[in-house]
Amino acid sequence: MAVPISYSFHNLWKRRLTTILTVSGMALVVFVFAAVLMMAAGLQKTLVETGSSDNVVIVRKGSTSEVMSGIERNSASIVEMLPQVAIDAEGLRLVAKESVVLIALQKRGAEKTASHSNVVVRGVQLQSLPLRPQVKIVAGRMFRMGSSEVIVGNSIAKGFQGVGLQGTLNWGMRAWTVVGIFDAGNTGFSSEIWGDVDQVMQAFRRAVYSSLIFKLQNPDDFSAAKTSLESDPRLTLEAKRETRYYLDQSEMMAKFLRILGMSLTIIFSIGAIIGAMITMYSAVANRTAEIGTLRALGFRRRNILIAFLVESLLLGFIGGCVGLFFASFMQFITISTVNFQTFSELAFKFTLTRGIFLESMFFALIMGLTGGVLPALRASRLKIVDALRAV
Amino acid sequence: MMLLKILFRNAFHNKLRSGLTILGIAVAILAFWLLRTVINSWYSGVEAASTTRLVTRNAISIIFTLPISYQEKIRQVEGVKIVSYGNWFGGIYIDEKNFFANFCVEPRTYFELYPEFVLDPLQKKAFLADRKGFVAGRKLAAKYGWKPGDTVTLKGTIYPGNWDFVLRGIYHGRDKTVDETQFFFHWAYLDETMKMTTPRRSGQVGFYMIGVARPDIAAETAIAIDKVFKNSLAETLTETEKAFNLGFIAMSEAIVTAIQMVSFVVIIIIMAVVANTMAMTTRERTGDYAIMKTLGFGAKEITILIFGESLVITLTGSLIGMLLTFPAAKVFGQSLATFFPVFLVSEKTLYYDLLAAFLIAFLAAIIPTRHAIRIRIADGLRRIG
Repeated sequence: MAVPISYSFHNLWKRRLTTILTVSGMALVVFVFAAVLMMAAGLQKTLVETGSSDNVVIVRKGSTSEVMSGIERNSASIVEMLPQVAIDAEGLRLVAKESVVLIALQKRGAEKTASHSNVVVRGVQLQSLPLRPQVKIVAGRMFRMGSSEVIVGNSIAKGFQGVGLQGTLNWGMRAWTVVGIFDAGNTGFSSEIWGDVDQVMQAFRRAVYSSLIFKLQNPDDFSAAKTSLESDPRLTLEAKRETRYYLDQSEMMAKFLRILGMSLTIIFSIGAIIGAMITMYSAVANRTAEIGTLRALGFRRRNILIAFLVESLLLGFIGGCVGLFFASFMQFITISTVNFQTFSELAFKFTLTRGIFLESMFFALIMGLTGGVLPALRASRLKIVDALRAV
Repeated sequence: MMLLKILFRNAFHNKLRSGLTILGIAVAILAFWLLRTVINSWYSGVEAASTTRLVTRNAISIIFTLPISYQEKIRQVEGVKIVSYGNWFGGIYIDEKNFFANFCVEPRTYFELYPEFVLDPLQKKAFLADRKGFVAGRKLAAKYGWKPGDTVTLKGTIYPGNWDFVLRGIYHGRDKTVDETQFFFHWAYLDETMKMTTPRRSGQVGFYMIGVARPDIAAETAIAIDKVFKNSLAETLTETEKAFNLGFIAMSEAIVTAIQMVSFVVIIIIMAVVANTMAMTTRERTGDYAIMKTLGFGAKEITILIFGESLVITLTGSLIGMLLTFPAAKVFGQSLATFFPVFLVSEKTLYYDLLAAFLIAFLAAIIPTRHAIRIRIADGLRRIG
């Protein structure tokens, strides 16, 4: 017969201070663990949602981001004529030639202390909008083609100075007026500034486009388009599905965050496991007589072992729940930082996924179990006579 | 003396528990140190920056270049002693994982500006004479086993193609804070190649490094330089090297802040563990305290006993942790060399360790002490276990 679970539960309740301290140590570890993983997941989710799998991004061979890439006008015309490019209702080809540069903008805050960061300026064509259905104007209006007007993503409008509606930006010896603010949901476009590609290229004295984006007529045509582009001797270009392209951009940073999170929590968990071990050892020591009584009543060694393991698992479980409870509030937080790989600002939300939830809970239970194994073994090995004699 | 003896006896009364607590503290101190050192190495570029060097770059952002013709104009500005220039090359060695900083620079002036990069005169001569030559830091060369005369190929990301270089010299740092993982080659090599392949990209410079005569005129010189190019196609932004490097770190501010916060979390975790130990100890010893009170000892003595015991445990743990720091620093420094070229244990971190230990000891003892002081003698004597 097993020792009832309520026995373990009552023991934890009886010594609340100790339980609270042990649980809070574990909860903190779980919190840090979950928060860092949520950060990596949020970054990846944002960049994955930025791309759509029907779209293809074309950049110069070997360049890892649009900023580094350059596509000559004549190469661009060759790509435009690919048979795999989709055609819209008006018979126009769904292909956009874009120019991407970085500009340094000052973040909001005190004039002296606010830091600068690199923001993406994307020169777009009319066709860019149907290619990115996520982008919606939420304030003001769309810029007019052929003018020095720009629209700004909402994350940038929130975080930087002078980019609110009617604000002016100065670059390329011109003043650019912000005429609209757009919301691109949880995607990288929310951290960009958009203007007319020809105006942007002229202002930055760029002779070449950065990238080409087109929609596939048929989503399965990607490999055909890729082969015909990459085997064309006139071109030194590389084609990637948009989803793949943005996923690649998140890889390094997400990996960095994951390694950071893992190594931190492994070190921290040693502390929490020791905490659980101390608690459980003293639980065993204080209850030696009780254990003797239980054994005398007919409970087996195995039952005692399980009872103490359950108790320490309960500790881990409560720690995990508390840690996850607080971590789930992190979902309301958006952070904005520079993605090392593209060297540009990107805003993203902490995202709690099912996987992270399960991993954190599993981790918490493992911590409880590891802390409880040795004390539980000691408890189960006590001799009845010795145990009963203890005061 | 008597007090100290009692404190030690008390602290190690339950050997298993004290041992575990001490182990926990040692690990926490080690983790705290590791995180602080990571933050310090993040800022190592700022520490190493000289006060007599200025950086001029395109005002729009770092990805835009400046014409080479600016060199002579900058040289004419009052206070400027020496002008060097270079580009970030961003080449990849075999695989993206093998990251290291690679620049093309004007070698003669660059090494004059950076006396902390020490290069053997013979190797320097060989490097200057070979336009395809490059110089690597000691750690970088050791990591990939490069020896002078070896050919190394980088795959260009910003400048397309495969670029061959010949190792002509290995520099080492004048002191420990110098980054020994960088890769420098001739700006002329890049420019000549660009002239052939994409002429519009030739004659372009990513940044100018400027040496000023005295540190106190650095700020005025920077303003004077920017004034020269005001209202031109390529306006400049000139900062001290320190401000320039800080600007880079500021971009990843969110991560630095996160690590900083986490480094305090580890202290809180260990505080909970020590508080737990102290709570158990005092609970077990309630009877003792009651007897002491009967004998006429007051709250003061009991407080000293509990705080002292907490201090003995935490200090032992932190001393062990601090001793472990040095071998750990060696191991970590080697394995993290790609991310943090300069990884040093600073004295300040050790003081922070001690401060943290005292903080933990005191905060952990507060609740148990209150408990022990408040308990009535009769209750204390009656209580078992």
